[in-house]
Amino acid sequence: MNDSIAFFSGFGPKDLWFLTQAAWQTLLISVLSISGGTILGIFFGWILSESKVVGAITVGFILDAFRSVPLIIQLVLFYNLFNVIGLAVSPFWAGVTILGVYTSALVANVARGGIEAVGAPMRRAGRSLGMSYLQTMRYVVWPIGLRAVFPSWVGVALGVLKDSALVSVLGHPELLKVARDLITRTQQPLLVLAVAGAFYFALSFPISRYAAHLERKWQS
Amino acid sequence: MIEIKELHKYFGALHVLKGIDLNVKKGEVLSIIGASGSGKSTLLYCINGLEPIQQGEVKVDGVSVHAKDTDLNKLRTKMGMVFQQWNSFPHLSALENVALAPRIVKGKSKAESREIARAQLEHVGLSDKIDVYPSALSGGQQQRLAIARALAMEPEYMLFDEATSALDPELVGEVLDTMRLLAEEGMTMICVTHEMGFARDVSDRVAYFHQGVMEEIGPPEQIFGKPESAHTAKFLANVR
Repeated sequence: MNDSIAFFSGFGPKDLWFLTQAAWQTLLISVLSISGGTILGIFFGWILSESKVVGAITVGFILDAFRSVPLIIQLVLFYNLFNVIGLAVSPFWAGVTILGVYTSALVANVARGGIEAVGAPMRRAGRSLGMSYLQTMRYVVWPIGLRAVFPSWVGVALGVLKDSALVSVLGHPELLKVARDLITRTQQPLLVLAVAGAFYFALSFPISRYAAHLERKWQS
Repeated sequence: MIEIKELHKYFGALHVLKGIDLNVKKGEVLSIIGASGSGKSTLLYCINGLEPIQQGEVKVDGVSVHAKDTDLNKLRTKMGMVFQQWNSFPHLSALENVALAPRIVKGKSKAESREIARAQLEHVGLSDKIDVYPSALSGGQQQRLAIARALAMEPEYMLFDEATSALDPELVGEVLDTMRLLAEEGMTMICVTHEMGFARDVSDRVAYFHQGVMEEIGPPEQIFGKPESAHTAKFLANVR
């Protein structure tokens, strides 16, 4: 009997530390996939806005596929595919890569909307000052357009942060995976899930506060 | 000197400019008047290389604007352009709006470009708005900001595309005053305008455009006093 008591022990301070480490993993996965996916997504959005036809049938089609297939299927499918073709990719990097591409598919459409919202007159104003096409993009079109869609981007980022829980299916010890392991051991699902949920909130809340702060600053 | 020879411009099947011949000398102020759709604004866009042309040639200081090997970005720094919609950069303060192009196009240092910007903002009477963002400026102030932004590149020519047409009536005066100031300073200017008073008082020559053709050009006394073309006379009778 003593053995089983040790095996099913209750939620303790040490478990809180496990969850903290897991939250760090979640943060790492999210930051890497969101920043990588955002840069890639802006690039894709730019292609979509600049070449309507070619962009739509190449980039647009691929992105549609990533947006339409459930993330959990993408994760399992690509993780196994990586291993089948002999790429030894850890669950962590597989998760980051797939989540990043998934993010880029969402960001691409947000970014395209912002870039297209900056009309020809504003671009001409830049060009008439002697700026090159790329300078006009870098200093005029992107800052104006991407700021306009910043609130949508924050929504995407927070969504991806939460979706990173799905990386647990690959076995990487991020928040949800560790929480599920702890539930198995402690048999205290409500407590463990509440703590894990609090960690997700603690990760998301500063982002949305900081975003609101930036929006206020830009509006002045 | 700006030289335009046998310039033809089409938008698809639409023949917008039908063989324009025009020279503008250094120091000259030319006003272009005419009904909407007569091709006046398109001509400015062609001079600045913002629109391709189908036939003819535009030369600025001897450099062909539409030639393939022309460095258009460099050539454009010689020509400041002010648009009907002022298009201030909304994410930058007044000072940054003006300082941007000298820094990134001409490669001037941050301090130097800010100094240029400060001087040009003072030039157009916006010294007290240096740190203000465009959203807090009136239309007239934004248009003067656009003029300062163009002047910061130290252009030799200024092209005004209906600079006052989008403004509330009470704001037109301050922008015209700024344009007058530039004319007095000897700037070479081509002004597409509906302000007949400005065209008459400030211009050395006035050109009347009618359906893609330069119907008549001459000193303001001729155009407004005894126009040679019946079209010019009819247009002026209608706008008065």
